[in-house]
Amino acid sequence: MTGRTYGTRLPGFPEGPLHGKLVVVEGADGSGRTTEVALLREWLEVEGHAVVDTGLRRSDLVSGEIDKAKQGHTLGTTTLALLYAADFADQLENKIVPALSAGSTVLADRYIFTLMARAVVRGASRDWAREVYGFALKPDLVVFLEARPEILLHRSIGKYGSLDYWESGMDMLLSRDFFESFFLYQDRLSKEFDWLSDQYGFHRVDANRAPEAVHGDVQQLVAPLYGARAGAAPPTKTRRPAASG
Amino acid sequence: MIANTPSSHHGFPGRLLVFEGLDGSGKSTQAALLGKWLSSRGYRVFFTEWNSSDLVASVIRRGKKKGLLTPTTFSLLHAVDFADRFERQILPPLRAGYLVVCDRYAYTAFVRDAARGCDPAWVRTIYAFAPRPDRVFYFRVPVSITLRRKIASRLKINYYEAGMDLKLSDDLYESYEKFQGRLKREYDRLAKSDAFTVIDSTRRVEQIQQDLRADLAPLLQNFPTGAKLLHDG
Repeated sequence: MTGRTYGTRLPGFPEGPLHGKLVVVEGADGSGRTTEVALLREWLEVEGHAVVDTGLRRSDLVSGEIDKAKQGHTLGTTTLALLYAADFADQLENKIVPALSAGSTVLADRYIFTLMARAVVRGASRDWAREVYGFALKPDLVVFLEARPEILLHRSIGKYGSLDYWESGMDMLLSRDFFESFFLYQDRLSKEFDWLSDQYGFHRVDANRAPEAVHGDVQQLVAPLYGARAGAAPPTKTRRPAASG
Repeated sequence: MIANTPSSHHGFPGRLLVFEGLDGSGKSTQAALLGKWLSSRGYRVFFTEWNSSDLVASVIRRGKKKGLLTPTTFSLLHAVDFADRFERQILPPLRAGYLVVCDRYAYTAFVRDAARGCDPAWVRTIYAFAPRPDRVFYFRVPVSITLRRKIASRLKINYYEAGMDLKLSDDLYESYEKFQGRLKREYDRLAKSDAFTVIDSTRRVEQIQQDLRADLAPLLQNFPTGAKLLHDG
């Protein structure tokens, strides 16, 4: 049962528990996050659960402004961090909470952790980031897909045909060279995710493997949230013998 | 750049002078007069107002139309706006050694967000990047006077200024009085906790301006004028 936040409670937040499950999938670009979210959605729907998916930068309120700001690269660290927070708050209040109230499962393709990591590697303090995002709901499960930088690199190039400006952290001026910047940036992000993982209790999944293998692991983590109703729950090795007369 | 400790002093060579108070309290008139005087004395002055940028103004317009805005998003959007102004406009001259005069500062957000029910501690955290000013002049007046000034100068009362989003009353004037009353109580509280310099703004313009100039004299002692920033000697 969801319904509690990490810190402050927002005005107008519904009282009492929310009945839906909030499942978060985190991971770098190229970790297979989006593929996994799609597989998870398919599986949960086949199992009979209503699913709403959500990601970053998809709210009606400010997504256009974020795109514009990114194109111009004109916003400072604090400003951009707060713009993302506004966007997240909008999704939380107008999408995530209503869906959970209605009993749906919300699948989040990234959550506050990505936003916090991005802000911190750009100079925000961890305390500040944690408190700013303190209004976020505590998820029922956070799955963290981990892949080696070399693998992220090849998947990134495969996807975009080159390295993405933002995913290479080019705005941080770590290096003028995309290739070098990519590794420096991913290294910093991954250190930050390690810290977040300890703080927030992520379930880490080895995402260096093929999508099917990753999905199998994730299913095992998700199934218990639904108790006996999950058809794909892992078979238990030690069966309790049926009560016999 | 984000400060680790909220409300610590900036430590930069410039000085940060903040004007706060209700709409119609006379703070903008005083800020403009003070800016003129400081410039005439040879100081480098940078003046900035709490105006919504195009970015946020358009988001708020859209949000209002679609009924998407909540106290939280409203608060965060104003923080975005202020952070942008702070990083772009306020911080560079402050570091360069200017007298930065702000017609409204983070305190405006503190009082408005508190009046809309946001957790004050959370709001303070959001604005932790904004350092404590060298002076906060709080122009204190009864709400009835601000309303009278507004009506006399035929200024329209806008929706958010009247706190109409809070549904305190269907009547614009009644809502305005209630909402501005809340803001005033918040300002009065901050005046104590954040050591504002309280200005009785029911007095004449000239009198108030004289007080401000006298109050700033010690702070300006030994503060370099513009010429000294441009060349030695």
